[in-house]
Amino acid sequence: MNAANYLYLSALLFTIGAVGVVVRRNAIVVFMCVELMLNAANLSFVTFSRINGDLNGQVIAFFTMVVAACEVVVGLAIIVTIYRSRRSASVDDASLLKR
Amino acid sequence: MMTSNSLVYLIALPLAGSVILLLSGRRSDKWGHLLATALSASSFFVGLYQLSLMLDRSNEQRPISQKLFEWISVGTFKIDAGLLLDQLSICFVLLITGVGTLIHIYSISYMAHDPDRRRFFAFLNLFIASMLLLVLGDSYLNLYVGWEGVGLASYLLIGFWNQKPAYATASKKAFVMNRIGDMGLSFAIMIAFATMGTVSFTGVKAAAEHTSTAALTGIGIMLLVAATGKSAQFPLQAWLGDAMAGPTPVSALIHAATMVTAGVYLITRSNFIFDAAPTAQLLVVIVGAITLMFGALIGTAKDDIKKALAASTMSQIGYMILGAGLGPVGYAFAIMHLLTHGFFKAGMFLGAGSVMHGMNDEVNMRKYGALRKFMPITFVTFGLGYLAILGVPPFAGFYSKDMIIETAFNAGGIKGIILGSVTLLGAGITAFYMTRVMVLTFAGTSRWDEEAHPHESPWLMWLPMAILALGSVTSGYLLSNGDALVNWLSPLFEDHGEHEELLSPMLVSAMALTMVAIGVAFALIKYLLNEVDTEAPSKVSIFTKIARQDLMQDRFNEAVFMRPSQALTEVLVKTDEAVIDGAVRGVGRAALGSGASLRRIQSGFVRSYAMLILIGAVALVAAIWVVTQ
Repeated sequence: MNAANYLYLSALLFTIGAVGVVVRRNAIVVFMCVELMLNAANLSFVTFSRINGDLNGQVIAFFTMVVAACEVVVGLAIIVTIYRSRRSASVDDASLLKR
Repeated sequence: MMTSNSLVYLIALPLAGSVILLLSGRRSDKWGHLLATALSASSFFVGLYQLSLMLDRSNEQRPISQKLFEWISVGTFKIDAGLLLDQLSICFVLLITGVGTLIHIYSISYMAHDPDRRRFFAFLNLFIASMLLLVLGDSYLNLYVGWEGVGLASYLLIGFWNQKPAYATASKKAFVMNRIGDMGLSFAIMIAFATMGTVSFTGVKAAAEHTSTAALTGIGIMLLVAATGKSAQFPLQAWLGDAMAGPTPVSALIHAATMVTAGVYLITRSNFIFDAAPTAQLLVVIVGAITLMFGALIGTAKDDIKKALAASTMSQIGYMILGAGLGPVGYAFAIMHLLTHGFFKAGMFLGAGSVMHGMNDEVNMRKYGALRKFMPITFVTFGLGYLAILGVPPFAGFYSKDMIIETAFNAGGIKGIILGSVTLLGAGITAFYMTRVMVLTFAGTSRWDEEAHPHESPWLMWLPMAILALGSVTSGYLLSNGDALVNWLSPLFEDHGEHEELLSPMLVSAMALTMVAIGVAFALIKYLLNEVDTEAPSKVSIFTKIARQDLMQDRFNEAVFMRPSQALTEVLVKTDEAVIDGAVRGVGRAALGSGASLRRIQSGFVRSYAMLILIGAVALVAAIWVVTQ
């Protein structure tokens, strides 16, 4: 199977994630789109690792997963806290610093 | 050169006086003036002692020096604070301390009712000390210290009654105009150091032979600028008339013994520079000639007795500068005129003070008249000074002034004729205005204000006047008998051979006396035979009007120097506001403005931030792509 197809898929996933981050208001959805973008990047890393025949890409994919896990922990905590205090998970409402 | 340890006392004594009087405050009110007078007198006696020692030595042995301390030592550049007493400086030392002491004695009585008499005497002592440092310093830099000290002391004394704004302004004017001269002196020192590497008199004298004429001319011109400032010569003469704001003894001190003689001293001391720089020397003569006519013309139009005398000082110093500019033949005569002038001008100023003392401080001569009966001693002493300044034989001025006129004629050629005529004409005008002063004050009918009760001054005031009058009578004969002063000073000046006499001394004297007689006659007809108004006549010729305004010197300075400087200042202020401040404020305004417009991007919507980040990332990737392709 052509390795380039993996890259196309990766680009597609990244685009979906990016569009989701920009257009969706729900913080949970935005969050999942960010995860999507991270995993799209992971897919690219792994693909390039395969193409080039070394393990660097694989290792970086593991790092990304660790970072993503940490991000989920912190991010969900923030979202839950915001939801508790404002009864809304919309990112547009979270603009206290501006007002 | 011999050394001595006692020179410093000449300066230290009056300096100690001023320090003690200024620091002890009101405690010394009772005895301060006595201490100051005693210290000034003791300095005079130290000077006399030095003179007696000097007379015992041979010509080459006469100059003595004293090293005080190492002043500046940077690498190879070394300057010691040192004193030098030679044939020239001893003349000045005795004049300064002698006449200065007499003025001290006079001031005890003259300033008796002034609450600040102690401060006055402190400044007088400071003045004497600075002037002594000026004439005793052994290098231009040491001289400069005394030079500035004199400027400071004159500022303090002219503005002594600074509660009157006009007097405070006068002292400021004197100070500022003197600063211009001081700049000249500092430039001269800088040029001398740059070209010769030394600033001591002996060093510069030795180096002058190997120095280019251009450098010497530069130094000479700068020294002349310095001299015009201190000696109130054209074009820096305007401060002298206003300096009359000070108490009368100060005027006597400034005009006779100190301050204005400093310029003559500087030029005479720097004879080795001027002899080697003919252009600078010619300028000296020109300045002297202009000033002597300038002062004389102003003198004819002044009704204020002190201002008339001030104008006469300007004119007489012009004679001295002219004499000093005539080269080796003239230096000694310049000094001789300076010494005799010291006597008669101090005497006349003290006389004027005495008249004011008796007339409720009235200075307008048109409100005097017939005072000879009421102030006989003042009349006689003033009269002797008057005869001396006119140059009537055998009074002092006859010897000194005629020598300058004669030397001027003997300069030869067209220069000699012009200078000789100017000095002759100056003598005639001097006779006119001095006779005017004399007649208006002491002769004619009384034109006093009603509350005036003229009376003779106390003995403390007339005694110094009498001593100075004695000097006015005898000093000329004593100094010129057997060429005493010329021979005394001759080791200092390099005279090159004999000078031809174009006109015989008898002829010159006859011409001078004729001019004097004409001047006196004019004045007598105008002011003795005709009625004198108490108000200055207003319908006068344009020349009189100009002369009354000091030949427009103030207007000239205002138009040529002050207004353009003010305009320049305004332009600079505006430039500062528009360009410098504008740039600084512009940076601030740009930062504020860009902040205000960039702030709009901060909408508070996370999604738009995300969008911007995305756009930025895409742009970055695109840029990298474009660059690497």
